[in-house]
Amino acid sequence: MSKNVNRREFIKTSAMGTGGVLAASSMFTWVPSFLEDSVTPLLESHAERTPTVCEVCFWNCAGWVYKDRDGNIQKIIGNEDDPNSNGRLCPRGTAGVGIYNDPDRLTKPLMRVGEPGKQEFKEVEWDEALNFITEKMNKIKAEHGAEAMALMHHGTAGPHFKHLFKSFGSKSEAKPASSQCLITRESGFINTYGAGLASPEPTDVKNTKCLVLIGNHIGENMHNGYVQEVSHAVNRGASIITVDPRFSTIASKSKFWLPIRPSTDMALLLSWMHVIINEELYDKKYVEQYVYGFDELKAHVAGYTPEWAYTKTDIKPGDIRKTAREMAAASPSVIIHPGRHTAWYGDDTQRTRSIAILNALLGSYGKKGGYYFPEKAKLPAYPHPEYPHPHWTAGDLAKKVGYKGAIAGITNVIREASLPGAKEKFGHEYKGWFVVATNLIQSMPQKDKTIEALQNLDLVVVVDTMPMEITGYADVILPEATYLERYDVARVAQNRIPNIALRMPAAEPKGDSKPGWWITRELGLRLGLDKYYQWEKYEDVLDWQFKQVGSSLEEMKKIGVKQFDKKSKLYLDDGEDYFFNTNTGKIELYSTDLEAMGYDPMPKYTEHEQPEDGYYRLIYGRAPMHTFGRTINSPNMSDLMEENAIWVNPKVAKINDIKSGQEIWLENQDGIKSTFSAKVRVTERIRHDSIYIVHGFGHTNKKLTRAYGKGIADSELITKIKVDPITGGTGMRSNFVTLLTENPHKKDIV
Amino acid sequence: MRYAMAMDTSLCVGCADCVVACQTENNVPEGYCRDWIVENVDGTYPLLDLEIRSERCNHCEDTPCVRTCPTGASHVIEGGIVKVTHEECIGCGACIESCPYDARYFHPDGYVDKCTFCDHRVAAGDTTACVSVCPTHALTFGDLHDSESEISKLLATRKYKVLAEEAGTKPQLYFLT
Ligand code: SF4
Ligand code: SF4
Ligand code: SF4
Repeated sequence: MSKNVNRREFIKTSAMGTGGVLAASSMFTWVPSFLEDSVTPLLESHAERTPTVCEVCFWNCAGWVYKDRDGNIQKIIGNEDDPNSNGRLCPRGTAGVGIYNDPDRLTKPLMRVGEPGKQEFKEVEWDEALNFITEKMNKIKAEHGAEAMALMHHGTAGPHFKHLFKSFGSKSEAKPASSQCLITRESGFINTYGAGLASPEPTDVKNTKCLVLIGNHIGENMHNGYVQEVSHAVNRGASIITVDPRFSTIASKSKFWLPIRPSTDMALLLSWMHVIINEELYDKKYVEQYVYGFDELKAHVAGYTPEWAYTKTDIKPGDIRKTAREMAAASPSVIIHPGRHTAWYGDDTQRTRSIAILNALLGSYGKKGGYYFPEKAKLPAYPHPEYPHPHWTAGDLAKKVGYKGAIAGITNVIREASLPGAKEKFGHEYKGWFVVATNLIQSMPQKDKTIEALQNLDLVVVVDTMPMEITGYADVILPEATYLERYDVARVAQNRIPNIALRMPAAEPKGDSKPGWWITRELGLRLGLDKYYQWEKYEDVLDWQFKQVGSSLEEMKKIGVKQFDKKSKLYLDDGEDYFFNTNTGKIELYSTDLEAMGYDPMPKYTEHEQPEDGYYRLIYGRAPMHTFGRTINSPNMSDLMEENAIWVNPKVAKINDIKSGQEIWLENQDGIKSTFSAKVRVTERIRHDSIYIVHGFGHTNKKLTRAYGKGIADSELITKIKVDPITGGTGMRSNFVTLLTENPHKKDIV
Repeated sequence: MRYAMAMDTSLCVGCADCVVACQTENNVPEGYCRDWIVENVDGTYPLLDLEIRSERCNHCEDTPCVRTCPTGASHVIEGGIVKVTHEECIGCGACIESCPYDARYFHPDGYVDKCTFCDHRVAAGDTTACVSVCPTHALTFGDLHDSESEISKLLATRKYKVLAEEAGTKPQLYFLT
């Protein structure tokens, strides 16, 4: 009998009244056999433990790995001294052992055989793979300059590869996560406060009286310390205002849920400013002391009344006023949260600017219960000679095509500059890529363009732990050891308390996989960059670094996390002088920088497209047990959620004559059809003009045996992107889909 | 001593950390679980209500599962924890039939398995695995006979309910609302 009949349902959803017990829905088969008691629970106090830093998401919680009597990794739990986790990991961190155990892992270097485009590979030894890469990199350097190599990366392996690239002579590096997530947010805050927020964002949720969440589904998004503080806030009875077209988990725990019409957030934000200014609810002292451009803003938002906003957002004027007053009553202990995935509609720097401005009006930046000033421990870099100075970088190319506010390398620009004809457009072009721990096929929109670029390059090296889709386009695939098998750069994260954390191996790397530090050092030596690698093992680097701050590798192995005394203050004193790093030295409601670059100095409302009849806006988000596409194949995590469902409002289900559990396909406005189907979930929790799916599913690589063919990939349906003109951030919420009940690929199969 | 658990539905986000923690702690085989999540949605858009619960064996005071067990494999230990001795279980499934909460399952090794309130941890002075990981602090485990315990205090101050009270098993999972 298939396993599926046996398995228990982990998550039961129902639309029944609360209080009932669901009928037992699992059917069990049973094989009578008397096997020995295989349950050997493990007691923490008896087991060997090693410190780790979780890599299942960027929150990078510190924890302890416990092994059983046979030396197998059994469980991972949080480190109590870690301010990112407070001793409790999220479900993905707890399930992290699945990443180590996944039978589909890459365990041997692979090289392409035959022509590019054909996904045929042979297993090779490390020597052969590394020599091949070295030869190609030297050739590219000789013909086009070292600058023609670009690095796309994500996660903790990134710094090892950045060091290699900088030593080699290229500074072109980018994280897809920046252009799609944070770049617009950081730009919005930099252009207001003269400083970005960075990670984890210094929002003082722990002490807040009012938390405003816009398109921010914390709780489904398990950013650990943040979830914990939000839960604490709920428990304390803090007022939470959630703006979301979907009745998210956190919406259900909020005092106010504003079910907004998608793409109209800016109208709401502007009309909140209008109410706060017109009703004189703003923090007058704070505004007078720290803010530049108040009068301009006041005139600017005069017309953005709640009555006007109602026509855009579907939110009643009374509710707009009520929520504005609610926030103001909590001032300065109020947070209009900046969010993380902030590239939505193409005017995203300006939308985040609106959020930044609201916080300034309510005087929350630098105040208890608002935004605190975080601190980072200072861990000196291991000494090395000065890096060479490249003649051009991805940042220069971004500015050339007009993103004057680009503050980080942009994946899309690197892709653009790798396409045929790039040289004419940019004056430069890329010839080789390293793609480290990011599945560009899923993590960037417009995959056809990505594939075109990949096929135009002379060298594509993919470094990953899993056979993600991107590996199919590589010339060389290098199997990286998982975070449970390697030393890595020490975690130095900003927080209320400065701290450092150690990741060390709990087990030997499986197969022939190798840690990132080893791979980059081996390449560095082959490329003649010995002077940048004056160490043999990464332990040497860590021990040296730890000793500079009064600790050692030995001590860190025992404690995992070390906290340091805080040197700066968390909050501003009342009336304290403070210089903001902007042109005026103040918080710029009116941005002089944006004005100088030719952009709107204050955010304006822009009308965005709405779906035509029969089409629904594609909204995507996260589930607590998965991190994008990376965890879908992991045994533990796929066990909890193995495919995504398409959330559909009952009215929409009726019009389309579909039922819960039915398999359907999606087709977008450009005629792109989803490769696979997914099950419908008819639920009141989603608006009638939108559908919702969890991101990361619909893997197309058969080597991902658990994830292959399960669910729908939102990324393949995101073919229309709206680019933020200031930063080049790629807005992905402007795609519309229609529901197909028949398999649109049938005729292709024959 | 009377062990019980309080589950705060106002805090739980349904993340299933409690499920994974139990699986790794107790070697629950892939595809099975001793605790699970239930989501209930009420109302129509936009007037909605959502309740999320983390459920497991209720360690009932009146135990039909123990009564119907023909071999004595199902039994109650100190503090009211209901357990199954795997070696004595013949896998007849009578207990599964009699449990109103679907709290038991057939382990692929041939016996019936269920939540033990992590008695091995509790005996060592620790709390259950699910309670120890829950990022929202939605779960509280403790002794109802100790009026100073966190759970006693919670039940004294908060509104709560139990599930399927009508089944008459006197369940010891308290859902704070
Ligand atoms: S939030 Fe969860 S997945 Fe992310 S680092 Fe922390 S434990 Fe790991
Ligand atoms: S771990 Fe806590 S928040 Fe997560 S599902 Fe379980 S009880 Fe709910
Ligand atoms: S919940 Fe079921 S298995 Fe647990 S004690 Fe009650 S009847 Fe027995």
